[in-house]
Amino acid sequence: MSDAAILATPRRRLSTAGKTGIAVALAWATLAVFGPYLAPYSAGHVGNAGVFAAMSASHPLGTDYLGRDMLSRILYGARYTVGVAMIATLLACAGGIALGILSAVRRGWTDSVVGRAADALISIPHLMFALVVVAAFGTSLPVLILMAAISYVPGSFRFARALALDINAMDFIQVARARGERTSYVVWAEILPNMIVPLLTDFGLRFVFVVLLLSGLSFLGLGIQPPNADWGALVRENITGIYEAAPAVLMPALAIAVLTISITLLIDGLSGRDRMMVR
Amino acid sequence: MESMSATVWRALGNDSDKAPVTPHLPTWTEAILGQSTSAEAVAGLRKALGLDLPAHERYLRWLGGLLSGDPGVSLINRLPVAQLIGPRLANSLLLTALTAAVAVPLALLIGITTAIWRGTLYDRVANVTAVSLVAIPEFLLATVGVILFAVQLRWVSAMATPSVSSLGEALQSFTLPVLTLAFAVTAQMARMTRAALLGVLDSSYIEMARLKGVRPMRLVLRHALRNAAGPIANAVALNLSSLLGGVIIVEVIFSYPGLAKLAVDAVETRDMPLVQACAMIFCTAFMLLVLVADVCSILANPRLRTT
Repeated sequence: MSDAAILATPRRRLSTAGKTGIAVALAWATLAVFGPYLAPYSAGHVGNAGVFAAMSASHPLGTDYLGRDMLSRILYGARYTVGVAMIATLLACAGGIALGILSAVRRGWTDSVVGRAADALISIPHLMFALVVVAAFGTSLPVLILMAAISYVPGSFRFARALALDINAMDFIQVARARGERTSYVVWAEILPNMIVPLLTDFGLRFVFVVLLLSGLSFLGLGIQPPNADWGALVRENITGIYEAAPAVLMPALAIAVLTISITLLIDGLSGRDRMMVR
Repeated sequence: MESMSATVWRALGNDSDKAPVTPHLPTWTEAILGQSTSAEAVAGLRKALGLDLPAHERYLRWLGGLLSGDPGVSLINRLPVAQLIGPRLANSLLLTALTAAVAVPLALLIGITTAIWRGTLYDRVANVTAVSLVAIPEFLLATVGVILFAVQLRWVSAMATPSVSSLGEALQSFTLPVLTLAFAVTAQMARMTRAALLGVLDSSYIEMARLKGVRPMRLVLRHALRNAAGPIANAVALNLSSLLGGVIIVEVIFSYPGLAKLAVDAVETRDMPLVQACAMIFCTAFMLLVLVADVCSILANPRLRTT
């Protein structure tokens, strides 16, 4: 199935899975923005429930390895997991789309240089790339965001370039060029608007990958550093609770899974992606 | 219970028995010289490690060493990197090979059957399950696995070791890590196998064969599968490359002495030569698998053999 065929796909009604996906995605976005205000306790508050307490009315998700309220920890962590991944994905897709359109419109050596650079970067497994970057530059929020963004630019670039090439070969582009429109007009008014829908689904998919990458890195202890914690770091710091099957170790991991699964199902429903697989 | 949690804590790379407070990542001079250092000591260290040389010269030295089979010396314990990596690489290969042996047949079975019974309840359930499994972080699968099978049921061990003496021990040691790794890979591989087979099943020669009265089983196995073999082999090789990411998380969780665990430990001690060597091996393996995927497509489809 070519990319042009995706463009022509008629608007379809969302499946139940798709609707659930939208609802959860919105709910999690709300958590990322308002999480700290919704939290019953502050992130560092140590109550008197003890460590690794089970779920109760005062601590709906139990307590962590220091006796802190797990629900509050997760609400505070949402900003790191959802927010940081969102910024990194926005950067990655903005870079990838800009380079992709540039390559598709310019062709020639621009295309070759950018394409080969993307090939080089894509040959490094994402988590390995993250490990090397953290080993070299240490771990801080700017480093993490840039690392994740750069790591996912090549994928976004390839997708955007293929789309733009398809559109660039269509008749209405030729018409616009024959009218004497400038390249900037063709890109902004003709090519980009026709790419929006597939680009959005690609964005969602890449967001899922970035969330998994960053939380995996935090789980290894190399992402967000204490006292702050994203959901991956929460799993790591509470891993000792695994022998008591404490909610503290399961809940943050579940929060990630619900987020990533719902977005993937949403995209799956939106794009009918079961037939075409893009890396 | 206390000793158990200490074991798990050590499994996550923290060798002290102190309270489980995540240590901050040391800077590389801290990692080698300790917390309190003088400016002279740092300058001396830079000179000893050749860090006073310009970047391109250091790069050429490293590249020259790598090409002549010497990836350098570990900054932390002064052992040759090659010596540290050797046994770890074998362990990682064992783990990934076992995973592939589980994942590939399972993925082919699921992919082919879902393609045959497209649109049925089985297909839809398998699809949603696969989509979900791909999006789940490995550490959730591993954590749930440990809680269920190692803590509650006590069937298997929560730690994995490659030094096993009997089949029982091997099962104890490898079941959880292999299953954790296999889940996500199988899911994605099955989906791509299904897509590849459906691409062939939709073509007109299949329609013709169906109209001719070929039985469904024979239709798929003899007519469709042959032409789908290339894309399916491509999907298998591409997805095996995603094992390289998962194996990092899984080796750390199960404290498995493989290459990825070595790399993560090396990042924690900022041991750059070791990290570089591990990264090079991972990238080489990744590119080899992608190459195999491309070769499979080309072998199966003569139209791709353009000059």
